[in-house]
Amino acid sequence: MFNTASTTPEKLLQMLAALLLFAAVLGVILFFAGRLGGRRGDKWVGYLYLLPVVLMLLVGLVYPGLRTIYESFFDAAGKAFVGVDNYKTIFTSEDQLVVLRNTVFWVVLTPFLATGIGLVYAILVDKSRFESFAKALIFLPMSISFVAASVIWKFMYEYRPDQANVQQIGLINQIIVWLGGKPVQLLIESPLNTFLLIIVMIWIQAGFAMTVLSAAIKAIPDDIVEAARLDGVNAWSMFRKITVPSVRPTIVVVLTTIGIGTLKVFDIVRTMTGGNFKTSVVANEFYSQTFRADNQGLGAALAVLLFILVIPVVAYNIRQVRQSEAR
Amino acid sequence: MSTVAPLATDSDLAAEKPSAAAIAKKRLSSPWASLAAIVIAVLWTIPTFGLLISSFRPERQIKRTGWWTFFSDPTVTLDNYRSVFGQNGGVNMADFFVNSLVICIPSVLIPLALASLAAYAFAWINFRGKNFLFIAIFALQIVPLQITLIPLLEIFVHIHITGTFWTLWLAHSTFALPLAIYLLHNFMREVPAGLIEAARVDGAGHVAIFFRVMLPLLTPALAAFGIFQFLWVWNDLLVALVFAGGGNEVAPITLALANLSGTRGTAWQLLSAGAFVSIAVPVLVFLLLQRYFVRGLLAGSVKG
Repeated sequence: MFNTASTTPEKLLQMLAALLLFAAVLGVILFFAGRLGGRRGDKWVGYLYLLPVVLMLLVGLVYPGLRTIYESFFDAAGKAFVGVDNYKTIFTSEDQLVVLRNTVFWVVLTPFLATGIGLVYAILVDKSRFESFAKALIFLPMSISFVAASVIWKFMYEYRPDQANVQQIGLINQIIVWLGGKPVQLLIESPLNTFLLIIVMIWIQAGFAMTVLSAAIKAIPDDIVEAARLDGVNAWSMFRKITVPSVRPTIVVVLTTIGIGTLKVFDIVRTMTGGNFKTSVVANEFYSQTFRADNQGLGAALAVLLFILVIPVVAYNIRQVRQSEAR
Repeated sequence: MSTVAPLATDSDLAAEKPSAAAIAKKRLSSPWASLAAIVIAVLWTIPTFGLLISSFRPERQIKRTGWWTFFSDPTVTLDNYRSVFGQNGGVNMADFFVNSLVICIPSVLIPLALASLAAYAFAWINFRGKNFLFIAIFALQIVPLQITLIPLLEIFVHIHITGTFWTLWLAHSTFALPLAIYLLHNFMREVPAGLIEAARVDGAGHVAIFFRVMLPLLTPALAAFGIFQFLWVWNDLLVALVFAGGGNEVAPITLALANLSGTRGTAWQLLSAGAFVSIAVPVLVFLLLQRYFVRGLLAGSVKG
């Protein structure tokens, strides 16, 4: 039951066994909870309901997290204590500084561009005849995996050498050729390649921004809009003075949410360039250092850095959500 | 309640009065606004469209001419899809497809069940340390997966379950809990206390209340989070790579596609068809359950 299943029936059987085992555990919990009658037994029911969750979180999240923080102060093999050397490496080594620079590009560009495009598009298609269809087109990339999105865009960026009998098969390079230019190795040229990878993330996240902002736009009270319209406000002022201020809290939440997601982006970089050609970011570098370069200490330090970077954004985001809920 | 109503019904209903956006758009002299919308829509669709067209073109043509030449010289074939299902010496996506399903189903059901129990305890039972525990679990939402992976892998090695589905089931279930508990708790708090009290007066215990009162009311929230978690697990690469990276036996379809892209990066006949096999399920879920999907997405967007 705990072995590797290799044929389809074996896999399905193992899944069924796992679900039955889980159901049995749940049954035991509910059985005991059911026997703890009366108000005095209440708190024990509470503890019983929380027991599996607390156990899983302690073993699966809390302990591993603390362990990684501890390991970030050790060397590549995890044997010798090296103090803050790994963190020094992150902020001084040339390779790592490129990683940090790229991460800054990602985290600054993606949220603003994706949110901007999402907002404009939400306004443009609002109340139009094809609204639901138009929205679905932009939203669809959000539902597919980052890996599939990367394959789709890798094909867009595909390069064929500049020879007489060779045609481009990637659309971007074909456009360059049509415009009279020479094909470019788009994913190899740095820092161009990083920006091209960022486009993939914007392509994915704009749909999210559009959906959330569209809901916020529809919630703007009619009387405000009506009053502005009677005042003869033009389109630009309507956008700047009514629409944007009304959905400002939502814009902030969308920005920070995309920012957090972008900070942890890994799949796109790994699938498109593997972090080569100076395209690595912190989340990808964590993987490369830990599993490719076998540098556990540095990998751990990068994971901790990711954690530290996420905290202020999340804290800010939660505050915003609280504020908008309080309204 | 209609469960499959598309995203935009709310706007259709409210179409009577012009909204701020509608006015802004109208004043922007409509042709330009429409043009801008069409440009964005086309830009967003072309990449997927190009690869979709390519997945039906013969290998020779994919590799020699751009997909846009398809319209002047249309040749359609299903060979690429046959190849990714194990014929013509390609890869067999069917195995990975099964793996993805086998990984997903318990990884959705287990955290949903456990989180609803925990959420119920937090919402309707009094016990010491409740607030502390709740805040602690809430705070765990911000822990990035990366920080847990290596020690978790060491634990899995220690208890001899590496290379099995158990690693993925356990990891995905654990990672889902903080957010699931938080969301379901918020939802359960909105159930009127009178309902619970009435059931208690009738002599129902917490087990009965959970199943007879809570669960039926909770269905939309469970569906929303379930769909979100399903797509999260189906589309995941990092967790799969760390825990199932060693062998192909338990690798999900995203990992298979990522490996294909890494080892045979120019085999576009396989990559194009493979990509569309892998996105068939999420797109289907998206089209059928759009409303729940969006709700889950909005609620769960800070996960991971």
